[in-house]
Amino acid sequence: MKVPFKGAIDCDLHPAMPSASALLPYLDDYWRDQLVNRHIDKYSFVLTSYPPGSPLSARPDWRQASGAPAGDLDAIRSQALDPFGSRIAICNVLHGAIALFNDDMAAALCSAVNDWTAHELLDREPRLRASILVPAHDPALAVHELERLADDHRFVQVLLFAMGDALLGRRTYWPIYAAAEKQGLAIAIHAGSTYRHAPTASGWPAHRVEDYVAQSTAFESQLLSFLAEGVFQKFPALKLVLSESGVTWLPTLLWRTNKTWRGVRPEVPWIDRPPAEILREHVRLTLQPLDVPDGRTLARTLEHIGTDRMLLFSTDYPHWHFDGEDVLPDGLSDEALRKLMIDNPLETFPRLREGAAMSDNRGKKQEAVR
Amino acid sequence: MNVPLRHTPASAALAVVDCDIHPAYRSPKDLYPFLPARWQEHMSTFGEHLRQGLSGQLAWPRMMAAGMRVDSFPEQGPPGSDLALMRSQHLDANGVEYGMLMQLSRGGMEERNLEFAAALSRAVNDWQLAAFVEPEPRLRAGIVVPQEDAAFAVTEIERRAADPRFSQILISPRSSDPLGHRRYWPIYEAAQRCNRPIALHVQGFSGGHASTASGWPTYYMQEHYAASSGMQNTLMSLVFEGVFEHFPKLKVVLIEGGFAWAPALCWRMDKHWERMRKEVPHLTRPPSEYVREHCWFTTQPIEEPETPAHLADIIGWIGWDRLMFSTDYPHWDFDDPQHVFKFTLTDEQKRKVFRDNAKALYGLQ
Repeated sequence: MKVPFKGAIDCDLHPAMPSASALLPYLDDYWRDQLVNRHIDKYSFVLTSYPPGSPLSARPDWRQASGAPAGDLDAIRSQALDPFGSRIAICNVLHGAIALFNDDMAAALCSAVNDWTAHELLDREPRLRASILVPAHDPALAVHELERLADDHRFVQVLLFAMGDALLGRRTYWPIYAAAEKQGLAIAIHAGSTYRHAPTASGWPAHRVEDYVAQSTAFESQLLSFLAEGVFQKFPALKLVLSESGVTWLPTLLWRTNKTWRGVRPEVPWIDRPPAEILREHVRLTLQPLDVPDGRTLARTLEHIGTDRMLLFSTDYPHWHFDGEDVLPDGLSDEALRKLMIDNPLETFPRLREGAAMSDNRGKKQEAVR
Repeated sequence: MNVPLRHTPASAALAVVDCDIHPAYRSPKDLYPFLPARWQEHMSTFGEHLRQGLSGQLAWPRMMAAGMRVDSFPEQGPPGSDLALMRSQHLDANGVEYGMLMQLSRGGMEERNLEFAAALSRAVNDWQLAAFVEPEPRLRAGIVVPQEDAAFAVTEIERRAADPRFSQILISPRSSDPLGHRRYWPIYEAAQRCNRPIALHVQGFSGGHASTASGWPTYYMQEHYAASSGMQNTLMSLVFEGVFEHFPKLKVVLIEGGFAWAPALCWRMDKHWERMRKEVPHLTRPPSEYVREHCWFTTQPIEEPETPAHLADIIGWIGWDRLMFSTDYPHWDFDDPQHVFKFTLTDEQKRKVFRDNAKALYGLQ
């Protein structure tokens, strides 16, 4: 169905990434020389997870006559912000810098992408917010980038990827979470792979559609990692946002971890209450691509999840998961829609609650903004 | 888990088919009578050659008693090695009409030396009959074959095909390539020809890939869950590579990998297939239809929702004719047939899950 009221917070929107040459003004002399001399500025930095021609990567009617889908602000406004009535949209620029092996080059390009995002998108469209792209496999560099941008509160989360070098709950990564918690930033894990390991425990699938389906099992592994390593005990204010993860796999994970925990508690004594309670408190999932066949199944799945606090509205624009303006599934009550589209995002992102000046046509706003 | 057995009289309970029982050797030397001298010597000199850092032990130590029920240790040998104890403690006590043996270790599925793997496979298959199935007719063997050597696997399947005591074919879902890859298709062709299901039981040893897409987990808690994620991806590979399209009579049993994930995986596969079907034009139907037609799931370790009846939604989506009871005896997370379901099943549902589905699949009388 269409959005029934304006003012939604779109928690996953993908502006086209800049060309490498467009990043040159945001790089220092050394890296500018490196990019130009080595012809790195001619590389596309397209992630294997998101081939531009793939049907999933852009809806046909959102493809441009020239240039990339979601490639300019006019398209983002006329195709996403205006039709869905979003008062805020969080931009995730899926740039291939994170897949480089040279940590310093990755860090320089991540910084350039973030500065480009601030200058080209956030400065020009007040409805937009963004994620901080970081080279996660070098946590010290990632923390440096996070802190460099921390005072700009238009950045509301830190962007990590579902399949990477190592499971993200490991203590190696904790400095990123310490810094994020301190700065009021959520941690987002977005679908996508740097292919440092095979996407499945039995190796490399043949088809791209398999890589995409397998993302949900990568999210499962990441949740187990955050849980088992005790990240949520160590950082009690941290929110973990799973973006483009699908949602129907979640109930099984809640049930199974609750049961297994009863048998393995001595191994992970810091988990001091049923895992499902911890996950319901700390973890959020964006709506699209919603993997339910119909409204009735959705209702059962939401009951299985056991709370209406976990889902965050998203369009995943310009990725192709729905047609027309039917961004919402059928069968949700007005109250459920308000939570999904407004209350849950505000509760998840501390920095969105700061915006008292944000336009809002909803009477209950003051209650929601705590 | 690890509570003393409640002595429910078996006569008061429904007879069950247990689709996951683990036999064991008293000692690896039990295999020697079935191994050529060359491989006996190899086994005692070099042992198994696996893809992990620790030799002769699990990389993620289990939570108690090496992953066994503490009451399942016989006076001699490991749990599962004493048929008399298996009978009194499990087969008789729980009214097991048929029990399907899952021989996981030293069957060659995870062995890197493929010649040794073949010798182990043949020996383990002979040993299952001699040690368990001949003295205990309620038990059924599985043809254990090394999936990485499909040519040998086909030979071994054909060698056993005329023997009705072998009910299915065991290969590892922790294979070196996803099981949908063509290098494994001769095994499926043989399975279809010999009318045996392919049994995929979760495996503790890798085929060369980390257990998650982001590398190795830290804790057993995670590795235990990864078995379930891995099973989903194995099923996904079989579907998208077109195995079920190519072998329309093939049947696959997914064992100890959980089952509550199956509906969600099917919805997810259907949704993305809809968008990406040009990449996989060899699929003529939505992925969920292949799963519904070709796949069976065993119950243990059963998922336990906070609201028990939610599991009935899941089984309804999978199909009550596709779920088969299993205990995982003698492992520590054994499910007791008297207590496995926390909601009320109809008599028909009970008959199907505890007995009739398995009897129909395996052709048991």
